Amino acid sequence: MIAAVRVALLSLLLMSAGALAVIETYEFSDPALEQRYQLLSTELRCPKCQNQNIADSNAPIAQDLRKLLYQQLEAGASDEQILDHMVARYGEFVRYRPRFAGATAVLWLAPFLLLAAGITIAVLTLRSRKVRTGEAASLSVDDEQRLRKLLGETEKNS
Amino acid sequence: MAPRLKLFLPLLIFAIMAVFLFRGLSLDPQAMPSALIDRPLPEFELPVLGQERLLARKDVIGEVALLNVWATWCVSCRVEHPYLVQIAAGGVPIYGVNYKDEDAAASRWLAELGDPYRLNIADRAGSLGLDMGVYGAPETYLLDAAGVIRYRHVGVVDERVWQTILQPLYRELVAKGEAR
Amino acid sequence: MIPELGHFALILGFCLACILAVVPAWGAWRRNSRAMALAPGLAVGLLVFVGISFACLCTAFLQDDFSVKVVASNSNSLLPPMYKFSAVWGNHEGSLLLWALILSLWTCAVAVFSGQLPLLVLARVLSVMGAVGVGFLSFLLLTSNPFARLLPGTPADGNDLNPLLQDPGLIIHPPLLYMGYVGFSVAFAFAIAALLGGRLDASWARWSRPWTNVAWAFLSLGIMLGSWWAYYELGWGGWWFWDPVENASFMPWLAGTALLHSLAATEKRGLFKSWTVLLAIFAFSLSLLGTFMVRSGVLTSVHAFATDPARGLFILVFLALVVGGSLTLYALRAPAVTSRVSFEWISRESLILCNNVVFLVATITVLFGTLFPLIMDALGLGKYSVGPPYFNAVFVPLMALLAPFMGLGPTARWKKDSTRRWQSELAVPALVAVVCGLTLPLLNADYNLWVALAVTLSAWLVLGLLRDLWHRVRGAASLGTGLRRITPSYWGMFLAHLGFAACVTGIVATSQYNIEHDLKMSPGDTEILAGYEFHFVELAPVRGPNFVADEARFEISRDGELIARLAPQKRRYLATGQVMTEADIDGRLFRDLYVAMGEPIGQDGAWAMRLHYKPMVRWMWLGAILMAIGGFTTVADKRYRRARAPVAVPGAEGAARGA
Repeated sequence: MIAAVRVALLSLLLMSAGALAVIETYEFSDPALEQRYQLLSTELRCPKCQNQNIADSNAPIAQDLRKLLYQQLEAGASDEQILDHMVARYGEFVRYRPRFAGATAVLWLAPFLLLAAGITIAVLTLRSRKVRTGEAASLSVDDEQRLRKLLGETEKNS
Repeated sequence: MAPRLKLFLPLLIFAIMAVFLFRGLSLDPQAMPSALIDRPLPEFELPVLGQERLLARKDVIGEVALLNVWATWCVSCRVEHPYLVQIAAGGVPIYGVNYKDEDAAASRWLAELGDPYRLNIADRAGSLGLDMGVYGAPETYLLDAAGVIRYRHVGVVDERVWQTILQPLYRELVAKGEAR
Repeated sequence: MIPELGHFALILGFCLACILAVVPAWGAWRRNSRAMALAPGLAVGLLVFVGISFACLCTAFLQDDFSVKVVASNSNSLLPPMYKFSAVWGNHEGSLLLWALILSLWTCAVAVFSGQLPLLVLARVLSVMGAVGVGFLSFLLLTSNPFARLLPGTPADGNDLNPLLQDPGLIIHPPLLYMGYVGFSVAFAFAIAALLGGRLDASWARWSRPWTNVAWAFLSLGIMLGSWWAYYELGWGGWWFWDPVENASFMPWLAGTALLHSLAATEKRGLFKSWTVLLAIFAFSLSLLGTFMVRSGVLTSVHAFATDPARGLFILVFLALVVGGSLTLYALRAPAVTSRVSFEWISRESLILCNNVVFLVATITVLFGTLFPLIMDALGLGKYSVGPPYFNAVFVPLMALLAPFMGLGPTARWKKDSTRRWQSELAVPALVAVVCGLTLPLLNADYNLWVALAVTLSAWLVLGLLRDLWHRVRGAASLGTGLRRITPSYWGMFLAHLGFAACVTGIVATSQYNIEHDLKMSPGDTEILAGYEFHFVELAPVRGPNFVADEARFEISRDGELIARLAPQKRRYLATGQVMTEADIDGRLFRDLYVAMGEPIGQDGAWAMRLHYKPMVRWMWLGAILMAIGGFTTVADKRYRRARAPVAVPGAEGAARGA
């Protein structure tokens, strides 16, 4: 995180962003709802803030969305229904956890593809290296000796 | 792949990334199109400003019109207000959504500064605003004759915005309606 | 007068950087030793002039010279002196000057501490660093002059420093972070010098290793302080938000971690040569990319500087030159053939490869996730957000995948090892780790599978380390001589790995067992959270040097015994009228209690309050500190010192299989 945090001047004019602990004192009929509220309010992005979720933002729109979230939870809506409701009004932008669909599927699959690619490349490189070193074992010894000389030290364990 | 060419791969990836970063410089990450573009204006049942009479969606649709979200607490709304009066004088129908405001203050404002609105919906709790995906005032929506939202402008409507963005779209929609 | 002096010194520094970038490099090309020999002197001169310039800016801040624009917009006469000092880098221009200063510092350090380097290499390394310096100094001079005056129209007083930045942690956070960021430029410069010289042997790895370790250690400390600051200052109780600006510092750290390990293999075994060079380029490129992201406005962040597209374009061009240039050089000069040094599947080399794969995948994932909204927007596919849920979902499995291999690392031998040996060495630690994982979470009221997994993996790391340490010590005459025989390089690895285990435990425990309660409280109310009684005693007005505040006084007790008094505040800063939440925390090794004030509710003195119980949250930062200490410790290793005195007796650390 960069130190010099400076909230853009514009946002200061539009809404007093900043380090205001936003604390709502909603009374929930069920502790499970409160937990879902805490989770969902951190997974919904405030549409007109800097990069903040609705739980952390003091912007009026974030307050409205928190209230909406609270009302919908108390009305018995499921997480998916609530998210759909928000997305219908404010777009996919409000989801900090992008839906797995279409273009965003790439986002979710990328780490797995990268990992698979990384492992494959590593294994292939190792294999080819082993084949080559099998053929040129004597060179490898030379190489190592040169290396040790360069390093100027004797390594015990090999 | 030839071993040499393989070594160009990092450069290639960086080049692609750099193109995106360059493109990013001219994009505004804050500019947000409405999620309701090409969707019908949401249903509502709200009073007329300063009255008890209820308005519904059917009362504000029927012809190409602007829907302006405004409030007396909104500084930029005061900036754009004279220009709205001017547009309305030119015959463009403008409906107002008085967003999270007090009726008395809003009526006083209109009496003082002129009233460009055909009708003003008193959205005292901001419920219509929430359904429309409003995140602050002022916002201006362009509705077609069927009551479908065609465009949203966030921020002040001034001469530049009207002449370069809104008016061409407005004329296009009106022309389309007449052709039909 | 002083600001003009600073500006002038900056211009002179820029000239020296230009000469440094060109003349020694030309000398290296033409084998002109007189030209090459200029490099160290130029490096020292660069530091002197950039240092003078920085001192001038500090003076302007400390003397409240509001005719200087950055002083007027970021300081105030009421600001306490230490914050006037830190306000120097609390803005775009000043922080960029700090960047330049730290770059000159590293350049000068390389010049001073690398007397043993062949002149050819030293000249190239310093030239590369000089070239980077040219980039940053011209950026300062052309787009972000910190000495710009407000004449006429000097305001009577300044706008004040953002209250968020008025915090002791934030005085040292940026310098540490920049020490890390910029420190990777040394490894980068060595890599480029090696490519230019066409000799990618183990020696460049040996030379750049200590520098890389130190830079990495600074970066670890910098990130840790940033996270800690966010935790207590932002008032939300969160400690990592996966914000683009946080990611900007985390990516070089991840790439740097891969680099440290890869360098070890290159130094010890002559392996992964061109790969390590690429990682060195990668780590520094990510530092530069971070600078771009923070200052160009392409991504939305809570922490971004006030942005300006012209500056963004400048950095992008600079980025393209540095990264594009070095990657082109890499493509042309890196050896295309894999080295002939061999190793078996079951060996330390393979484990280092595992580390590299995991950390690189992690880096690229963070990079992709951070840039994803920009990519979608640029392609016209709509506006998306990628936030903590995504990064956590990706990161947790990756780190869980890493840990089993990491536990094997210290024990594993280079070149060839056997699974049978691993079994006999590590069966007991593995068993004990599982037992720990199954039982230790029982200490908490509710058993949690994630915590069980984290404890198992951390215990596996720690026990593996201890087992290995014991192995090294047990042959010695006494425990003391055994311990003394162990090299700093090994201790560094030991501490860093220990720190990683602590960090993982802390993160998982605090995320899983964290209890947060937001409620309305009036003076006299008591709320019980996790067995602690939070008693709201009174509300009192308080006056600070440049703010007024409401202070809520809490007494926290457990089983009737008073444990702590907490006094969170709601401050209003006088100069800007900004309102700030100051949380108060009772921090212990095993848990933090956290109270923050929201807004007053109604007229009867009730307030919205946030109470937190955060178990083991400190382990995360302590872990990061251990990692940093580890990084610093490795530098004390004899083999780096010997490098300065070429005639030395080998063998003393022959036993070192160090990190």
